[in-house]
Amino acid sequence: MPSAEKIVELPLLAEAVPEADAAVVARFEIRYSRFLDPKGNALRPLPDFAAARAELVALYRGMVLARAFDAKAVALQRTGRLGTFPSALGQEAVAVGIAAAMREEDVFLPAFREHGAQLWRGVSLVELFLFWGGDERGSDFAGPREDFPICVPVGTHAPHAVGVALAFKLRREKRVAVCAFGDGATSKGDVAEALNIAGVWRLPLVFVINNNHWAISVPLAQQTAAKTLAQKAVAAGIEGEQVDGNDIIAVREAVGRAVAKARAGGGPTLIEALTYRLSDHTTADDARRYRSDADVSPHWAEDPITRLRNYLVGRGIWAKADEEALLSEAAAAVDKAVETYLATPPQGAGTIFDFTYQTLPKDLAGQRRAALATERE
Amino acid sequence: MPEINLVQAVNLALARAMAEDGAVLVLGEDVAAEGGVFRATDGLLQRFGPDRVLDTPLAENAIAGLSVGLAAQGFRPVAEIQFTGFIYPAIDQLVNHASRLRNRTRGRLTCPMVVRSPAGGGIRAIEHHSESPEAMFAHIPGLRVVIPSSPARAYGLLLAAIRDPDPVVFLEQTRLYRASREEIDDDGAALPLDRCFVLREGTDITLVTWGAMTRETLGAADTLAAEGVSAEVIDVATLKPLDADSLLESVAKTGRCVIIHEAPLTGGFGAEIAARIAERGLVSLLAPIERVAGWDTVMPLPRLEQHYLPSETRILEAARRVLAYQ
Repeated sequence: MPSAEKIVELPLLAEAVPEADAAVVARFEIRYSRFLDPKGNALRPLPDFAAARAELVALYRGMVLARAFDAKAVALQRTGRLGTFPSALGQEAVAVGIAAAMREEDVFLPAFREHGAQLWRGVSLVELFLFWGGDERGSDFAGPREDFPICVPVGTHAPHAVGVALAFKLRREKRVAVCAFGDGATSKGDVAEALNIAGVWRLPLVFVINNNHWAISVPLAQQTAAKTLAQKAVAAGIEGEQVDGNDIIAVREAVGRAVAKARAGGGPTLIEALTYRLSDHTTADDARRYRSDADVSPHWAEDPITRLRNYLVGRGIWAKADEEALLSEAAAAVDKAVETYLATPPQGAGTIFDFTYQTLPKDLAGQRRAALATERE
Repeated sequence: MPEINLVQAVNLALARAMAEDGAVLVLGEDVAAEGGVFRATDGLLQRFGPDRVLDTPLAENAIAGLSVGLAAQGFRPVAEIQFTGFIYPAIDQLVNHASRLRNRTRGRLTCPMVVRSPAGGGIRAIEHHSESPEAMFAHIPGLRVVIPSSPARAYGLLLAAIRDPDPVVFLEQTRLYRASREEIDDDGAALPLDRCFVLREGTDITLVTWGAMTRETLGAADTLAAEGVSAEVIDVATLKPLDADSLLESVAKTGRCVIIHEAPLTGGFGAEIAARIAERGLVSLLAPIERVAGWDTVMPLPRLEQHYLPSETRILEAARRVLAYQ
């Protein structure tokens, strides 16, 4: 039958390349980097920035402040003075390492567990307390005016980062957008689309996966069959790599390289920072429903703050007195911010309307008056 | 002054906006070399170059999302979603980000962007190419929803939308793209947003509509005029924020109202208009309000679409019932 002959003729490629010696058309490998082991011992020579004591101490301070804020936020929530809060306990090296690698003029687009990065970049403790306390003014950062606010719908800010990086590229500015999201976000189309477009347009953009191994109750193994999340970059034609996210030296170094490459026109990078969520997902979560203390406790041995402190102490550049001074300084800063936060009166009901559009439409004016009338009652 | 059709008017407005403001970018699928599947962006790449007219990868969610990023950085992106049947993945970005970035940052970051998309049926298009989702967008606080009903209004309203400091969903009716021609002076003059247009003044009944249904509605008004009935025809044009006052003024004059739209009846934007009139205009009504809308069904494939789209006959039947009511 003529039609059957045609069907036999169709797979031209298979004829050209017999299956037995099919040509390999793509290969990839994902590198993992770490400088300090969990005990704080240097495994290899540290990058140049780590030569300066001030730089290392700054990283350490950033993590300690982030943890002090975090602990206070949880405490305030437990006593009814803050809303639901997602702790970043144990993940401080990812956030602070990212921010330390950026320049002030770069733009950061966080998910919701990167307070350490926000604080480093100049978002104030008061603003963070306000946001998590349920006040929009907490996202009106006085510091990094172009940074994006916290993004609650998972991964939906990844396309924003594409737009920000495209803006830099179109204006020929030597600036970089840095976007952080969790392991769960890598299952979303938003992230896949953003990686893909960033690759096509070779944008000055660094994606960092804050991989804490849990998306609320779903562990990484149920999130993906991929061996690494970094390899999601490969399909987008961009570079991906993995770092020990509890080694701030490694995070700072990898993000620093990626940011420098992006700034020089070398295009985007995906960095997977491996860390672990020591806390519940949020203060509204009880992680014991889906994981045991025995699952969690070994990860305390990888704590990023202890790790860097051990290294600093080992090098003789950090002493007990430094530690005590830093802890009381951080506690005082946090307490002062709490005082300001708690003393900040709520906004007026009219402000619900005042930022919906630049100019209040006539159709909303009546509703605004009604809200103000209710407010006065 | 040459006569041009609606899609040419869109093209003219885009070119004018790009010429007057370097922050205006056009982006979307097939908008550059192809000039858009309806040619709405024809010639813009040649005139303004690849930095201002960008073909994106095929990802509607990201087209909307990256427009948010561009807008927050001071650009004025005009994104094309090729058909409204494909706009649904972008709704997440419009609801969760574009419409509320100003509010959530207390004005620190804003979102002056336009999402243009061809909408509506009547051109015998394939499945998913004839949607009328305007009510979904009109439900989103912080958005503007604009639907032009003629070449001149397309030109003036699109310029206004691009210059607007807040996000606008601009739904162009495919059925109108090449339906009529008008002389348009390319003078850069915008038409007002948030305002209805009275297309025909009348005293006996108010016919409220928008987009392509203005054609059948004006046709019905002609027929009624021949019967001695003076019908006022109002093109809502900006559904959100709604110019309720103009609608109420008209109904206060006529006492009778029929609302006509192509989208499904239940939860359609006609319901909102009827509710506003019931709340604030009930005492001036001489008859119950009627709605003539698409059925609460899926938009059929082309061989049945004439049974779905509200016809002049259906509009006339409703108008006569409302007029006869004692």
